Amino acid sequence: MSADLEQFYEVFFEESSELLAEMETCLLGLDISSPDPEDLNAIFRAAHSIKGGAGTFGFTDMTEMTHMLESLLDKLRKGEIEIRPEMIDAFLRAGDVIKGQLGAHRGDGEADVAVAAEVGNELKLFSEQADIASAEQKEASKPPRSEEHQIQATNNTIPVAEETPSMASKTEAARFIIAFSSNGVNPKSMENLFSSLEAFGKLEKLLLSDEEQLCKLRLTTGACEEDVWEALAFVVDPSQLTIEKDLQHEPSSPAVGNNIATEPINSTVSENSEKATIDNPAQLKQSEAPYGFFPGAPAAPGDAENTEKNETVSQLPADCNTSAKPNNPQPGSKQPKSNTPSSESSSIRVSIEKVDQMINLVGELVITQAMLTQTASEVDPVLYEKLNSGMNQLERNTRDLQEAVMSIRMLPINFVFSRYPRVVRDVAAKLDKKVELKTVGEGTELDKGLIEKIADPLTHLVRNSLDHGIESPEKRIAAGKMAKGTITLRAFHQGGNIVIEVGDDGAGLNREKIMTKAKERSIAVHEGMSDQEVWMLIFEPGFSTAEQVTDVSGRGVGMDVVKRNIQSMGGRVEIDSVFGVGTRITIRLPLTLAILDGLSVAVGDQMFIVPLTYITESLQARSTDIKTVGGVGRVVHVRGDYLPVIALHEVFNIKPDSTNIEDGILVILDTEGHKAAMFVDALIGQHQVVIKSLEKNYRRVVGVSGATIMGDGKVALILDSAGLVMASQNISM
Amino acid sequence: MSQQQTITPTDTAGNPPAVNASEFLTFRLGNEEYGIDILKVQEIRGYDAITQIANSPEFIKGVVNLRGVIVPIIDMRIKFKLGTVEYDQFTVVIILNVSDRVMGIVVDGVSDVIRLDMEQVRATPEFGSVIDTKYIMGLGTIDERMLILVNIEKLMASDDMGLIDHALN
Repeated sequence: MSADLEQFYEVFFEESSELLAEMETCLLGLDISSPDPEDLNAIFRAAHSIKGGAGTFGFTDMTEMTHMLESLLDKLRKGEIEIRPEMIDAFLRAGDVIKGQLGAHRGDGEADVAVAAEVGNELKLFSEQADIASAEQKEASKPPRSEEHQIQATNNTIPVAEETPSMASKTEAARFIIAFSSNGVNPKSMENLFSSLEAFGKLEKLLLSDEEQLCKLRLTTGACEEDVWEALAFVVDPSQLTIEKDLQHEPSSPAVGNNIATEPINSTVSENSEKATIDNPAQLKQSEAPYGFFPGAPAAPGDAENTEKNETVSQLPADCNTSAKPNNPQPGSKQPKSNTPSSESSSIRVSIEKVDQMINLVGELVITQAMLTQTASEVDPVLYEKLNSGMNQLERNTRDLQEAVMSIRMLPINFVFSRYPRVVRDVAAKLDKKVELKTVGEGTELDKGLIEKIADPLTHLVRNSLDHGIESPEKRIAAGKMAKGTITLRAFHQGGNIVIEVGDDGAGLNREKIMTKAKERSIAVHEGMSDQEVWMLIFEPGFSTAEQVTDVSGRGVGMDVVKRNIQSMGGRVEIDSVFGVGTRITIRLPLTLAILDGLSVAVGDQMFIVPLTYITESLQARSTDIKTVGGVGRVVHVRGDYLPVIALHEVFNIKPDSTNIEDGILVILDTEGHKAAMFVDALIGQHQVVIKSLEKNYRRVVGVSGATIMGDGKVALILDSAGLVMASQNISM
Repeated sequence: MSQQQTITPTDTAGNPPAVNASEFLTFRLGNEEYGIDILKVQEIRGYDAITQIANSPEFIKGVVNLRGVIVPIIDMRIKFKLGTVEYDQFTVVIILNVSDRVMGIVVDGVSDVIRLDMEQVRATPEFGSVIDTKYIMGLGTIDERMLILVNIEKLMASDDMGLIDHALN
């Protein structure tokens, strides 16, 4: 396959994954008792877009699956059948199958054909049931409808006939002149096309010349332009296709007050957008190349807001008139659909490297600006007043720019939260529990890198809450609680951190049980431990109090991984729990992976950055507090604890200002419960520093986790606090 | 690997296919003149604002900030015990781009860029030298000058330099 096509594959894969996610969200949000037609439409559109793309690339398995999905959805959408919970399940499973197929096409893993077939059959079954069920209904409802069509049709056979106002108000018929080149279209699909167009309304063949292969049709229909377009777009090369409203024969309907109000808006929207995409084939062709692989895909996303909806639906294959037909005979009610300028269309896809490059460049700019400011501060402020004010402005602008650029990488945490309704639903069903998931603060933003990394630990926590936290409905009722448990996901900013909480109103942690288990596993415990310390035991590797190992959890792997993952992100985990009331696990993360809050400390002529998260306090020790152990090891007495002293100048072989501990500062580090006092010459200040890799061009250095560039352009090393503390206590990491 | 005396200057990894001539950046270390493949050189800059790295060998002077990239600086004069180790405004750092890494080497001075034909390159005789002959591609001759052509990529990636964590690779 050519490289060009591959590029489109990539776009398709990404778009499809997003569409699938969107579909799932909609499905889960669907109120079964009274489904919102907009939601159904959205699900349908998603399935449909995937089908269109899959068709284009010849991924037949996906096309089949989406087609079945679509047919059933279509019936739901039209109200022919009632939605049932089993259907949602089937849809979700179908979504999974498509996801698998997508993955398989992408090159990772194999699609499970058996499951696909099973789900396919299920969908078909629903669809058939629906047909039978709706057959009787149709008996009652159809006749008047078709009659209406007939009236409309007969009326329109007189080509120049003026539309009577009453008629127009009834059907809102519009006429379109459709012109396209039938070059390369086989006769059979032409027939299909005509029949599908006839389904819209009255079709007149104005010109059908074989030599020029030009086709000109007039269609009088109640459907809106976009539906016609989508029906055509699959057969005819969209760049060769024009659809125009036949203005001369535009049904004038002065009498229809109500409908007029809605009609014009609708038609302008669709007309404008059509014009933009169709009337200018050259532009279309051009824009088609880089962006869409869907026929009729539009120009740059920026101006695509209005056309977006049109394109997404325009992949309709002509044979699938089911989906084109159903569009409501009332054009006015279509308005929201063509008008939905959802956020998806107002974004562009940029590779993360480009963003990172930009962040780097802006970082450079900030440093350069700082250097300039420093130089400028040395000149006479009276003589160079303008320079100074310019520098001030530059500083402000660079800060703003930096913030703006940083925010590019920030995404709302909803990207993670949105996957849990499904997890909760599935797991709760498996465990026969009733659980409701509440999310708070979905809009809280954090770095994209963190979003990706936090997903797995959070999933673990949510599953744990489901399995161990929330009790079965019977137990809950016995305990005087609501049968339905609640899991709350909450995210908010606190200082420079983002805090994510996973809370449940379940059984809570059992202190006794954990203690017993810990003793069994010969983990050092004693009765005097605080609850906090006891709870932290569950993060020990292999620790599980579950009596039974289920496929949900209980193997004891997980919590330690959760803790490790979160720590690797520079975050912390805390547990609050009350037995019988519930558990809350709090994760604190830095806002981005790239930026770290640090305290700069000086040793001799060197400066180091200590991550602030590990520092509990800094103090100046009195000579009486410092003791030696065995003549060598020094400890310092701080608030009743004896902490080992790490002399940074010894670790790094630097000549310090003073080797006397009283002369310098002790920075108390706390890493994973191990405390140590680090001896430095002085504290310099607190900074937000951009983390740079030392290993990229050099190798790992013991005691150093990275490097950063300070305001003066010099490099400062970031200390690996955990490593230092561990090394000081001879604990292997 | 050590028997590469007959290697051609164009034989280093990533170079354009064997043309009969290539260009070398020449620099001095003490009284000796060295040449490295010009394509491995990113830029030449002065020596300033270096941050030491603890517990590193003496010839690794530390790291500098090169437009946002942390770049280690190696003093070749210390490594090969050549020349006088002084740091002033004339000290030159050649920034190299080898094996997808950026690093800088401190040398006594950069002379010029020389084009060498294959005929001008002689094989390196076996001899004891501070630079292991396995890192020397050959000896180039221009008029009366002798140019020691160093396979800088191989040298920098070697365990001797300790610049790359081989455990990681």
